[in-house]
Amino acid sequence: MKQIWVISKRELQSFFDSLTAYIMLIAFLGFSGFFTWLFGSDVFFVKQASLQAFFGVAYWTLFFFIPALTMRQFAEENKTGTIELLLTRPVNDWQVVLGKFLATLLLIVIALLFTLPYYITVSSLGEVDHGAVISGYLGLILMSAAYISIGIFTSSISNNQIIGFLLALAIGIMFQFLFSFIASGAGGFVSEVLAFLSISTHFESISRGVIDSKDIIFFLSLIFMGLVSTEAVLQKNRT
Amino acid sequence: MDIVVENLTKIYGNQRAVDNISFRVKAGEVLGFLGPNGAGKTTTMKAITTYLIPNQGDVKVGDYSIHKNPEEIKKIIGYLPESNPLYQEMPIIDYLKFVAELQGIEKSKIREKILEMVEICGLEGEKHKKIGELSKGYKQRVGLAQALIHDPEVLILDEPTSGLDPNQIVEIRELIKKIGRRKTVILSSHILAEVEATCDRIMIINRGKIVADGTAEELRRHAQGKEILRVTIEDGTSNDIFGKLKEIQSVEMVDIINQNANIFEVQSKVEQSSKRAVFKMCVSNHWTLTEMHSVETKLEDIFRELTLS
Repeated sequence: MKQIWVISKRELQSFFDSLTAYIMLIAFLGFSGFFTWLFGSDVFFVKQASLQAFFGVAYWTLFFFIPALTMRQFAEENKTGTIELLLTRPVNDWQVVLGKFLATLLLIVIALLFTLPYYITVSSLGEVDHGAVISGYLGLILMSAAYISIGIFTSSISNNQIIGFLLALAIGIMFQFLFSFIASGAGGFVSEVLAFLSISTHFESISRGVIDSKDIIFFLSLIFMGLVSTEAVLQKNRT
Repeated sequence: MDIVVENLTKIYGNQRAVDNISFRVKAGEVLGFLGPNGAGKTTTMKAITTYLIPNQGDVKVGDYSIHKNPEEIKKIIGYLPESNPLYQEMPIIDYLKFVAELQGIEKSKIREKILEMVEICGLEGEKHKKIGELSKGYKQRVGLAQALIHDPEVLILDEPTSGLDPNQIVEIRELIKKIGRRKTVILSSHILAEVEATCDRIMIINRGKIVADGTAEELRRHAQGKEILRVTIEDGTSNDIFGKLKEIQSVEMVDIINQNANIFEVQSKVEQSSKRAVFKMCVSNHWTLTEMHSVETKLEDIFRELTLS
């Protein structure tokens, strides 16, 4: 556990040292603030004291930002060879994978913490469904974790950050809307399977305030799959 | 702590990078790995550090096996990879702290350890710089510092002086000698003089196999079964001298090195010496022997002979 934290700390530090973290935070707060308060179906337009608008925007912003955060996590180490020095320390592959995963997740949580003023403001405007807000945040964290594990995996398979980014985005697009899009047209059994695989289906149900074990299991298994695949890639690179 | 390599084989595609090699490095010994590029030096070293998983065979460091107890081995090994990969954006101190924490050094001792490394590796003036801002020589010192910070019993150094200027090479060599006294060290190089200067024992590998193993002296003696003399003889024509030299009983072969200056190389038969005979020949023919010395087989020659065949 200590080793995981040591690795996470360094990763997080490098996000801040390279300004990636600041750019990500500013852009995320800018986008989500703009669409929550000023433009489109914002809080004032729908005339409801709810954070639904924010969750919708954050859902898409995070979808694009997370691959940009994860793309260098393994690709850079593969390219410079530092992965070799890291894996010859008294750590195992899992600790490395989890350390990197946690670092990015922590950065996302920090970003979400900065949006708490939105919640406070909205709740001063009217009666807020607190349960829906909490489950909305939970949904964002779960879907971020899923995309982080996918992003870490795509970053690990090559030493090229761009490949890591694009591949993560390509896989992400399927979960983000392609599956649900096809599901709505297909019908029958295929449609049911695809609908279940779609992150948007699960995210919507969670962000509406319904925390179903089915949704939680879906996200957890997606995260698990991403991390297991990453570990498998690390293992394979050493044989 | 002894390092025992047993029947190690590593195959890439259909090429045997390391082909069933076995050897033992005794505790406290400094072993030099020599070989042309692609001979299997790096692969063998990576297997010892537990990074590469071999197709066959085992490596034991002390009582630990790379298959069964990799975590234990990682604790007692210090490793400097060939390209010296470092996190360029990190300041030296932060990086050493990160390494110290990963190696499980007690929190209260980390600061002290870092300062010790900074001093030993001569990083005092640069310690607050980012690694990416350092010159190659200083990066190499950081590479050594990270390998040494947990006071490992075993050191694996893959081409520790490659790419450095002559002064830096001397400094790094001195450093390795200094720290290698109490440790088991394996270092690879393709500079023969370096291995000879720093190592107790030399091992030459070629195409994944060990082709020579021993001290520099032993390797020389082994290759030098035959005496080779270089002689300069004046007052005679080179053809006459050449003919007379060949007539000497113990001489196997004569080479004319320089016809005008009458310089020859005389190779004797196995276990025989021609020194006295050459001198007597000169006297009886009224020639003047102005130079005679035995040519020592250079490590370079041994190396070439072993790795070009």
